[in-house]
Amino acid sequence: MKLPISKPGTSVENKTGDWRTFKPDIEVAKCIKCGTCQRFCPEGCMGDEGKVPIVNFDYCKGCGICANECPVKCIKMIPEK
Amino acid sequence: MVEELFVSGHRACAGCGIATSFREVMKAVGKDVIVVNATGCSEIVSSPYPQSAWKVPYIHSLFENVPAVASGVSHALRSMGNDHTQVVCIAGDGATYDIGFGALSGMLERNDDVIYVCYDNEAYMNTGIQRSSATPWKAATTTSQVGSAVKGKPQGKKPILEIAAAHKIPYAASTSVGYPFDVAKKLKKAMGIKGARFILLFASCPTGWGLDTAKSIQATKLIVETGIWKMAEYENGKMTGVFKPGKRKPVEEYIKLQSRFKHLTPEDIAAIQKEVDASWTGLE
Repeated sequence: MKLPISKPGTSVENKTGDWRTFKPDIEVAKCIKCGTCQRFCPEGCMGDEGKVPIVNFDYCKGCGICANECPVKCIKMIPEK
Repeated sequence: MVEELFVSGHRACAGCGIATSFREVMKAVGKDVIVVNATGCSEIVSSPYPQSAWKVPYIHSLFENVPAVASGVSHALRSMGNDHTQVVCIAGDGATYDIGFGALSGMLERNDDVIYVCYDNEAYMNTGIQRSSATPWKAATTTSQVGSAVKGKPQGKKPILEIAAAHKIPYAASTSVGYPFDVAKKLKKAMGIKGARFILLFASCPTGWGLDTAKSIQATKLIVETGIWKMAEYENGKMTGVFKPGKRKPVEEYIKLQSRFKHLTPEDIAAIQKEVDASWTGLE
């Protein structure tokens, strides 16, 4: 009998990037690699803490938390084309 | 790099504070865990069949029985000789303060070996923003609307942390997703203790609060900085610590961010300020 069980971590199949109307635009030269954006991102789609953020646009919903929380204001939200 | 155990692709609204909080909670507790999830936003957004955003064993049962399910899982593990796997309950304020309250009290009274994490976003959000007993005074929800006679919720918030602590469990603590290091620290501390542990985690809901998604985390910091929300610790029923935010900001800074409070008069805000000030007597 095949049990109706979901496999762990399978939500990654669900690409949520198309929810987005704004997207983060990062001024890499200003980034201090503090990890704040990566820590607070609800999607966990900004790469590893301690590195310059690399946004995975397959999942970014464009909430703007990263831009609001960035201590050096190196992230701007710009309209998605 | 700590592995993400609550992964992308979940269906939480943009800017959801609970999604950030689950990432934080799971990073702190690690892989040797069984998550027992109550009905609510957390379950709806993370586990629509056949997908799961949890990278660990996970069970969802009902709204009202999650502490009892967790007690059972914990007893089964311990009976089988497993004394290391953590059983972590994840439940919202509706399941904790209201619907599962009896089962929660039972779990705490028996001191079952479970970490219970209540993410408190102050209303039933997944069913369309109905008031719960965690909804604060005057907040507008779809069942505490603003009309000519009554404006928002007439009652205040149930003191669930004090109620949990009153069971004299080894550890009860409150924290906020805006303070990720505090969240991690309290979960790590809870993991080192046996018995029933209760963590009350304040998490934002832009959809339900009428809050700009970008300010979702900012609100969870402001509620601590204004002193409305206390990040406290109780051990065996006694308060053993509280985070002091320094010079508290005016409560208005937190309130004005959210449209659920937009009908509040200056007198209402003054009343909230007075209550917050009084609540800090003897703690500062």
